[in-house]
Order: sequence, then C-alpha cells, then structure tokens
Amino acid sequence: MALAKRIIPCLDCDNGRVVKGVKFVNIRDAGDSVEVAKRYCDAGADEITFLDISASHEGRDTTIHTVKAIAGEVFIPLTVGGGIRNLEDIRTMLNAGADKVAINTAAVENPEFVRAAAQRFGSQCIVVAVDAKQVSAEGEPLKWEIFTHGGRNPTGIDAIEWIERMVESGAGEILLTSMDRDGTKAGFDLALNKAASNAVQVPIIASGGVGTLQHLVEGVLEGEADAVLAASIFHFQEFTIEQAKSYMAARGIEVRLT
Amino acid sequence: MNKIAVIDYGMGNLHSVAKAVEYVGRELGEDIDVVVTEDAAKIAAADRVIFPGVGAIRDCMAEINRLNVGQIVADAMKSKPVLAICVGMQALMTHSEENGGVDCLDFMHGDVRYFGNDLRDESGGRLKVPHMGWNRVKQTRSHPLWRDVPDNSRFYFVHSYYVQTEKQEIVTGVTDYSAEIVAALADDNIFATQFHPEKSQAVGLTLLRNFLQWDGAT
Repeated sequence: MALAKRIIPCLDCDNGRVVKGVKFVNIRDAGDSVEVAKRYCDAGADEITFLDISASHEGRDTTIHTVKAIAGEVFIPLTVGGGIRNLEDIRTMLNAGADKVAINTAAVENPEFVRAAAQRFGSQCIVVAVDAKQVSAEGEPLKWEIFTHGGRNPTGIDAIEWIERMVESGAGEILLTSMDRDGTKAGFDLALNKAASNAVQVPIIASGGVGTLQHLVEGVLEGEADAVLAASIFHFQEFTIEQAKSYMAARGIEVRLT
Repeated sequence: MNKIAVIDYGMGNLHSVAKAVEYVGRELGEDIDVVVTEDAAKIAAADRVIFPGVGAIRDCMAEINRLNVGQIVADAMKSKPVLAICVGMQALMTHSEENGGVDCLDFMHGDVRYFGNDLRDESGGRLKVPHMGWNRVKQTRSHPLWRDVPDNSRFYFVHSYYVQTEKQEIVTGVTDYSAEIVAALADDNIFATQFHPEKSQAVGLTLLRNFLQWDGAT
C-alpha cells in the first residue's frame, strides 16, 4: 500500500488544438484539447498537463477559454504552463480552473518570481519546468545546463543546482524535460532524472523521450521519477493509458488502476 | 433548490470544487445553486457549506480572521452539513506547526504537523514531501459520505502537513505515508478530508454526490 506513481499525458496546445512536434518542429494535429483531455481522464490519467506553446505570441484568450472548458469536464489535477510570466498570469489560470501552473522562462529571468508565487499561492500549485541539455563531453562527469524559450536559449546555469535553488524558493514540484530526448522516442534521460530526484525532496516529473511502455517503467525504477509525462505515444494511439498502467503494474510499480 | 456555499476567503483555486459540485448536481438532475462567497448572509442561507483551503495556513487563518469567516463557519456548523477540504480541514483543528506555529479554529481537537525532511517508508525508502498524488484511503468508520465508495479507493492528495488527533472516534479514513495518517475526519455534521474529492475523479465525485444528499446525521 503506497502512493501511486502518476502517469501524466501532456497536451501541447496551439489555439485550442493539441499538437506535438519533434524537437519543436514538424507539428502534427492531435485533436481538440477538451475532447483529448476528457478522453485521457476517462482512461485513467492521473493528471493532465496543458502546455500552451503559442502563449508567448498569441492565442492567450483561447488558452484561458480552453482551460475553463477542460476544468469543467475533467476532475483530476490540471497543470497549465506556457507563458506564465507574473502573478497575474497565475491568478488568471487558477481562476480559469487550473490547479497548478508550470513556470519556466520567467523563473530563469527572475528567480524571485518563484518565491513570490509560492508565497502568494502556495507551493502546491507552483511547478517549475526545467528544460535541460547534457553539456558534458563523453568521459567527463555528467553535467546538464538549462535552456529557455522552448529549448532555444542556453543559460549557462547548471541544471541540478538550478533545481535545488527552485525548490528552496518554494517550487512544489519539478517538471524535468530532457531537450536531448524530447521527441526522439529514445527514452528518458535516466541519469539526469535520477540526479534531480536525489537532489531534492519534492516530486520530479520525468519528461522527454518516451517511445515505449518500457521507457515509462525505466523512468520510475531507474530514473526514480515520481511521475512520468508523455505526449505522442498517447496522442497518436500507439498506447492507451490503461495499457501503460497495466504494463507498469505488472513490473511491480504502484499505479492507480481504475 | 439545493444551495451550496463554497466559502471564499481569497486563497486561490476554489473553482475546482465549485465546478465539480455543479457537475455532480447536473448528473443527479438536481436543481443546484453553487455560490463561491465570503458573504455571511449567503452562507447562512445555504443548505450546505464547503470549506476549502489551499496554500499556507498562516495566510489562510489571517484571511479567515480578517473576514470573520471563523464565526460564519461556526454558525454554519451548528446546523448545516459541512465539508472541509485539505487546508480547510487543517484550519478546523486546534493548532498547526506550519509557518512557525499558528492557532487554528479549534472546532476539532487535534494538531497539524510537518511530515519532516527525511521521510521514509517501512523498508527505508525515501518518501517525497509534499505527499502528492493518489493514495489509498482505508475507511475506518462507516459514514453516509462513503456510500458507494469502495474501501481502499485512491484519492488525490497534496500536502506537507498532516493532522494528528487523540480523538480516534472522529477518524473516519486513514492513508499510509510513512505511517498511518488521517485522511478523513467526521464529527456530527462536519466531514473533513485531507485529500481533494474534487480532483479524485469518479470516487471523489461519488463522495461529493453523497455530500449533496447528506442531511448531516451520521
């Protein structure tokens, strides 16, 4: 009897449609976001993460409308990320029905923002999204650096030190994406995830690279992730949430079976 | 008309619980009016009261005291079914050690304690804090709100502090996180949960449906 490891389908959304790119290009349409969210919820998803990939440019109102619609139909935790830049953005998303917000670029530009957000709204709703890329050469001790603006801008900041700092500032959870693996279907960066999970006390959501159900199992057992996030394997019906859960359960991982 | 007041004391996301209650009401085909409010008159006029809570207890209690919500809740509790959720439940207890120690409303006897910085399971494995995610709830007493909720169902939790009470007779559900901890309390017309029924999909909606039909008797 223990806490279940969570499976979190991720909806990358552009103007209300679920899309998924491979390394942020080759966007494919995967459906209406409200319908997709409801389908995942009914199938036993433990949470939904909604990332507005158009947020920094346009479609902000569409996003708010979509979040409201999802929150009226889906009664599992909903995290909203993409373009969360100030306390007002957080309030807007929480009022629209989000349970948590994911902060990425704005945290790097102003780390005190995370502290202010956690103090105002509570750590339970502040997720810091970290996009990390391996920067150590082969043979060197492993080292990762964080990137912003959807993986385009290097920062020179060490990923593990950054995660420790964000937790100290009040992040209640870390959404950790490997930029090397995102969209590749080659599996999570297990070493990155394990290093992060061991560095901090808050839950780590592993993200980036899931191509098979075995990857989800490895993320938990070897990457020591508390939750696993995936997009394309679910969107394009390669696997269902039920299949993922029974596969994990058969390998000794506690999951919520519905 | 079944009037539900969700007490608003400025602490963020109360829409989840309001939306879930509206959804359940529609499913029941009942005429339901859900208001998210801090207005004492509206709360007094409601048939049932939900006392939610998110965030830090110090800020919660400061808002409760500023808005005089404590008195409103105290009045409501004399007569109406009340459902308190998460920090809402913690605010009903005697004292919390969060934020360096905060006196709470003391409507239920017990203290709120921190999980600790090196939490372990029975085999020595490290446990993350906050306790975040879906955990099993063992029903330790029967209650109208557990109707059609299978024993050991998983509910969604997110908290770093937990309730400890010597009054075992009010403990209605427990969950296991390093040790057996309080998941639900019930005392007369009050039912309180550490988990979030509004985020616990089918079993949570069942519990909310039971609340809408509960007359406050046990």
